[in-house]
Amino acid sequence: MNALEVGDLRVRFGEVPAVRGVGFAVAPGEVLGLVGESGSGKSVTGLAVMGLLPARATVTGSVRLRGAELLGGTDRELSRVRGRDLAMIFQDPQSALTPVHRIGDQIAEAVRAHGGTTRSRAWRRALDLLDLVGVPDAARAARAYPHQFSGGMRQRVMIAMAVAHDPAVIIADEPTTALDVTVQAQVLEVLKTARQATGAAILMITHDLGVVAGLADRVLVMYAGRVVESGTAEEVFYRPRMPYTIGLLAATPLLDGGPPVPIPGGPPPSGALPPGCPFEPRCRYASAPCRTTEPSLTERAACHNPQRPQPRPAEGPGVRRTRSADVILQVTGLRRAYGAVQAVDGVDFEVRAGETLALVGESGCGKTTTLMEILALAAPQAGRIVVLGRDVSALPRQARQELRRDLQIVFQDPAAALDPRMRIADLLAEPLRAHGVAEPEVERRVCELLGLVGLDPDFAGRFPRGLSGGQRQRIGIARALALRPRLIVLDEPVSALDVSVQAGIMDLLATLQLNLGVAYLIVAHDLAVVRHLADRVAVMYLGRIAEIGSVEAVYGTPAHPYTRALLSAIPVPDPRLERGRSRVLLPGDPPGPARAPAGCRFRARCPLHTELGAADRERCAAEEPRLRPAGAGAGADQSVACHYSEGLIR
Amino acid sequence: MIPSRGSAVARRMVRDRSGVSGFALLALLFLLAFAGPLFTRWSWADTDFTAFRDPPSAAHWLGTTPSGRDVYALTVRGLQKSLLIGLTVATVSTGLAAVVGAFAGYLGGRTDRILMALVDLFLVLPAFLVIAVLSQSARGHGTLLLVVLLAGFLWMVTARVVRGMTRSLRGREYVLAARFMGVSAPRIVFRHLLPNLASLLIIDATLNVSAAIIAESALSYFGFGVQPPDSSLGTVIAAGSGAATTAPWLFVPAASLLVCVVLAVNLAGDGLRDALDAS
Repeated sequence: MNALEVGDLRVRFGEVPAVRGVGFAVAPGEVLGLVGESGSGKSVTGLAVMGLLPARATVTGSVRLRGAELLGGTDRELSRVRGRDLAMIFQDPQSALTPVHRIGDQIAEAVRAHGGTTRSRAWRRALDLLDLVGVPDAARAARAYPHQFSGGMRQRVMIAMAVAHDPAVIIADEPTTALDVTVQAQVLEVLKTARQATGAAILMITHDLGVVAGLADRVLVMYAGRVVESGTAEEVFYRPRMPYTIGLLAATPLLDGGPPVPIPGGPPPSGALPPGCPFEPRCRYASAPCRTTEPSLTERAACHNPQRPQPRPAEGPGVRRTRSADVILQVTGLRRAYGAVQAVDGVDFEVRAGETLALVGESGCGKTTTLMEILALAAPQAGRIVVLGRDVSALPRQARQELRRDLQIVFQDPAAALDPRMRIADLLAEPLRAHGVAEPEVERRVCELLGLVGLDPDFAGRFPRGLSGGQRQRIGIARALALRPRLIVLDEPVSALDVSVQAGIMDLLATLQLNLGVAYLIVAHDLAVVRHLADRVAVMYLGRIAEIGSVEAVYGTPAHPYTRALLSAIPVPDPRLERGRSRVLLPGDPPGPARAPAGCRFRARCPLHTELGAADRERCAAEEPRLRPAGAGAGADQSVACHYSEGLIR
Repeated sequence: MIPSRGSAVARRMVRDRSGVSGFALLALLFLLAFAGPLFTRWSWADTDFTAFRDPPSAAHWLGTTPSGRDVYALTVRGLQKSLLIGLTVATVSTGLAAVVGAFAGYLGGRTDRILMALVDLFLVLPAFLVIAVLSQSARGHGTLLLVVLLAGFLWMVTARVVRGMTRSLRGREYVLAARFMGVSAPRIVFRHLLPNLASLLIIDATLNVSAAIIAESALSYFGFGVQPPDSSLGTVIAAGSGAATTAPWLFVPAASLLVCVVLAVNLAGDGLRDALDAS
């Protein structure tokens, strides 16, 4: 019998349909990946199965758990099933644990929730579960409080609670999206262990094709509230039929291979679906029937004109521009502490005219702090920041204001970075007006800017709320361009966007750089994105740069063990490759910057360190490695902060 | 040509039925307050020695007071005063609160400490006593001084709330974005912070209208504020409420007008808030 069967599930919020007839079955021990972009209805499907949708949602269809119908049950009936036979792991482990109770008590409570055991037995079971999910020193960890745990550890605890009753089905909704990539790799391993230990069926809801490729046996692709493609992981990844799936795979940035190709347009608003296939307006292969009738899901794809995937366009002809000699931004020995926390601890780099430097690293590595220090255009706590040849620490007020023209910013979340109460025209005009540009010129420039980022001039009268995520980010970029800056700082410019839209923004950034000669300083955590955006990359760890060099060099011959681990932790959307490759799994979490150890700060998690002889280890513990040329076999301008990196490059 | 933000708000405002009716009612009240006296031969200062405490009649539409004054003329005159006091006090006090709170919250540091010390100082002063004493000694300076005094003691709590909300808005990316763009602090306060606090400010202003009218009538009752023979809705209500059961005409018209004023202001405020928020 199937562990979970969902038939013709439909969810409406008032008049707006969110899920429009979804059906699937999951066998025990099977992992079903439910993939889709924001608004595709994948999370609503998960919540509907759990019976956790708000009362204003209308749910029809059937949800059978081991053959028993769940839909229409009262909350009390469902509570008997939830947590025992049907468990859920949420995206944000931060808010899923009560801060005032000990970890062990919370797991024990989950164990006791469905009755039957004594307190002491429940506690012992909690310790076993912590062991199972790989929390070190379970007896001590059980007495800790949630705030003493990192995000990755908390997610392990959530998994422990989910498997407490050997559930038949585990629903995991974006379980690793909030985690750093090295921690994500660990948690995915834990999920695999949990599946083996319980034999549960797993419904994995995610937008990350790489995660699905590594874990799922079968994959459903959702678009506009329906399943548009289904098949085994190999079928969907190697022989996709639906143009949307094909487009999605082509739009995913990869660590190797050609640049991502955007899908034009954006998903239709769920309140106003086109009469035919909802993907038709974005589809290259659309024909007459696509515009009138919505295709139903036949064997593999819901499509009138199933296609075969095209090979990805090859890497560009490799015309790396020669590096300009014109230094736009120079940072030397930058430090920034917040109380006892040394967020940035001696960082050096420079950005030259027309090039892109990316700062990458996991949360807490100090990359965003570095950006904010530069943008403040004020004297740093220690070190020097020189913008366009001017040291910012000794800048008179007027000159600082002038310098702001040349240094602009694009934020991660375009929804938060645009004042919701201002019209697009005013948003774009704001930097111009702040710098005293005359009003007729402002209006002309606003229209010009909209054209520059590929939007119609009639966007000027609209408010940010009426725009899609991709369009909003285009506005953010247009605003940054308004004063014709020499350097734009971009804080995670595409990470808040859907994959199909991401590639379009990346394209736009590249085009603008080519045409306008502006330099970019990008902060990002996604190495695959950075590879296609940047010329040079600096990998940061705990407030310092571990490795810096051209993208080709750092990705081709990574010299620092941390860079290697980061690169190997990124899930790739290729099931065979993803399952076949051996990972450099880093132990532990990135330690908080408050506890930076003496000597090399990476050595506690360093896979290379454990292989060294005792005398060599001594050096790692005593002497902090400085950035030095990576040496033979590495790129010409590649520098690394590791004593023993030579052993890694061959 | 790009339509301006103001016209977009106005368009939404016009479409909002309750907001429009609020503004219409407010306009009617103003019309009554300032055109009303023209329709009767009695002025608010007159005394009719032939009619003491008469019920409504053809001569005196709303009757007369025990001292022979025309209730219609008094009420309309009172409406004039109360509308002026209520609306100006609310505007001044909410405006002051918004500016002080937003600058304290946005700039932080020393500005914040000084402004908040000022707020605390005003909070501990016994407002009623200060107003009573000052309005007594400043007799003859008219309503303007009263408005300043009332507004001067209504803004503090709102200023604190605005400061708190500003502090949380200060870290928002669109505020950071403006700062890094080189937009000046006053511009950020007036263009980004205050518009995003508009709903709070509008609610506060509507509440302040009734608070000011009531505070003024309380002052008048104790012999400060608006003094006889001049009248405000508060004084008319205070004078008439004693005989509410035996001579309801003395106080029902003024009380219903007060209700109308507060209702109109609330409706108009809600409409304005929705129109501003719909972006």
